[in-house]
Amino acid sequence: MLKLDAVAAGYGTFQALFGTTLDVNAGEAVGVIGPNGAGKTTLMRVISGMIRPWSGAISMEGVDVLAEAPHRIIELGIAHVPENRRLFPRLTVEGNLRMGAFTPSARAKFAHRLEFVFDLFPRMKERRNQLAGTLSGGEQQMCAIGRALMSDPKLLLLDEPSAGLAPVVVQQVFELVQRIRSGGLTVLIVEQNVQQVLRVVDRAYLLEAGNIRASGASAELLASDTIKQAYLGV
Amino acid sequence: MFEFFDVYLLEAVISGILLGGVLALIALGLNLIFGVIDVVWICYAELIMIGMYGLYYFYSVYGLPMWIAAPACIALVAVLGLLLHYIVIQPLLDAAPINQLLATGGVLFFLQSFATVAFGIDFRNLGIRLPVLAIGEMHFSFARLLAFLAALAGMVVIYLFMTRTYIGTAIRAISQDRQIMVLMGVDTKRLYLVTSALGGALAGLAACLLVLQYDVHPFVGLSFGPITFLIVVLGGLGNFIGGFVAAFVFAEIISLGGLYSDLEWGYVLAFAFFILMMFARPQGLLARRS
Repeated sequence: MLKLDAVAAGYGTFQALFGTTLDVNAGEAVGVIGPNGAGKTTLMRVISGMIRPWSGAISMEGVDVLAEAPHRIIELGIAHVPENRRLFPRLTVEGNLRMGAFTPSARAKFAHRLEFVFDLFPRMKERRNQLAGTLSGGEQQMCAIGRALMSDPKLLLLDEPSAGLAPVVVQQVFELVQRIRSGGLTVLIVEQNVQQVLRVVDRAYLLEAGNIRASGASAELLASDTIKQAYLGV
Repeated sequence: MFEFFDVYLLEAVISGILLGGVLALIALGLNLIFGVIDVVWICYAELIMIGMYGLYYFYSVYGLPMWIAAPACIALVAVLGLLLHYIVIQPLLDAAPINQLLATGGVLFFLQSFATVAFGIDFRNLGIRLPVLAIGEMHFSFARLLAFLAALAGMVVIYLFMTRTYIGTAIRAISQDRQIMVLMGVDTKRLYLVTSALGGALAGLAACLLVLQYDVHPFVGLSFGPITFLIVVLGGLGNFIGGFVAAFVFAEIISLGGLYSDLEWGYVLAFAFFILMMFARPQGLLARRS
């Protein structure tokens, strides 16, 4: 479904990705794990068009993503839940969800998508007229995921959904990811919380200093010595 | 205590409210541009001046009926707003704010000089004399009442647009997080153009309302341009509600200050108040805690 081929990217003179190649198949949940500053967020940003790569190719269902204007990438079925959620704090929950359905094709099915998101997160229905900035951390994460789901994407990019949340809430967020993927959505998820994320994804890539160091099925990675020592602390 | 509450005071208070409506409309236009594009149109009052000439020409010179002339004037200034963005602002979007300020300042002098050459320095008016409304011993010009109501109606339309439409929601969202608009599928360039046209249309509406009450000349922008900038700064740049409140605060100061001597003193007081407020609340009247 999604293919990245030798993607290099960075900011100014700082290079964050050094020729990253990865792919995500339809229906899969794929994780990208790695330490802080490995380039995980940059990876998400080049896919969704927040930044343009320096070189390399990205395709979504055979369509050249880089040939599209950045704001049209969402129309290819790619929705990005950015790092730190990035809700519009002074819009209501519903206003945020409305922004998620901004594209003409999404507007046409707004009512239907809203119902879907409210079914998934009944809490959001209760809070629909509350300003997003006043939500708790866990609720903000729900709202951010809901906003991304409003566009009816095929591929959901999740950047550190567990960051800054209390352990109990982290648990809920991962259960949520599980539920979303059981609905047939393809998920690419970036996480530092390696142990948790490897339980919900089918396979994962290990990204270190802008390079893919390892990849494999979740069970393999959980069993591998490098990952155990460096990330699981066992 | 009732000796203070005389009829002149009441008249001044109501006049202040009437003036505040139009000032609030102008402040809303400026705030809209600043909130979305992050640029201050220093030449906003001069766009209004061109609009005043526009209505003068459409109505008084070409003899169009008012119901065509006024919308045509609003459309004219909307197009001017679009051109201003396209020609001057868009190439400078990534430039330093001071350069953007200087560029729109340049447009201010350009428009003044252009108007001087094109229309001459004579004072012109529509030649409409609307009746004066007398309530008890108080007198209000019908033109001011009409201007107030139309300004209010304009602001209600903008409010509905901002809260009920996707574009309006995006206009409110972009000032909160510019970078992620692309993830929502928003073409920021297009949003800037829509906003510029909208800001221009508001200037056009303000022009129609002002030319009902005042003569137009190439430098008429100076008589309300500075005060609207103070209003927008005092309300907190980009803060719609703050601008609305500040417009009425200033209008009351001008109107009440004018009561005790002449209107010019009202302006002196208003500017003095602004300087004091900049010491007391430099972040604006209704600043958000960040």
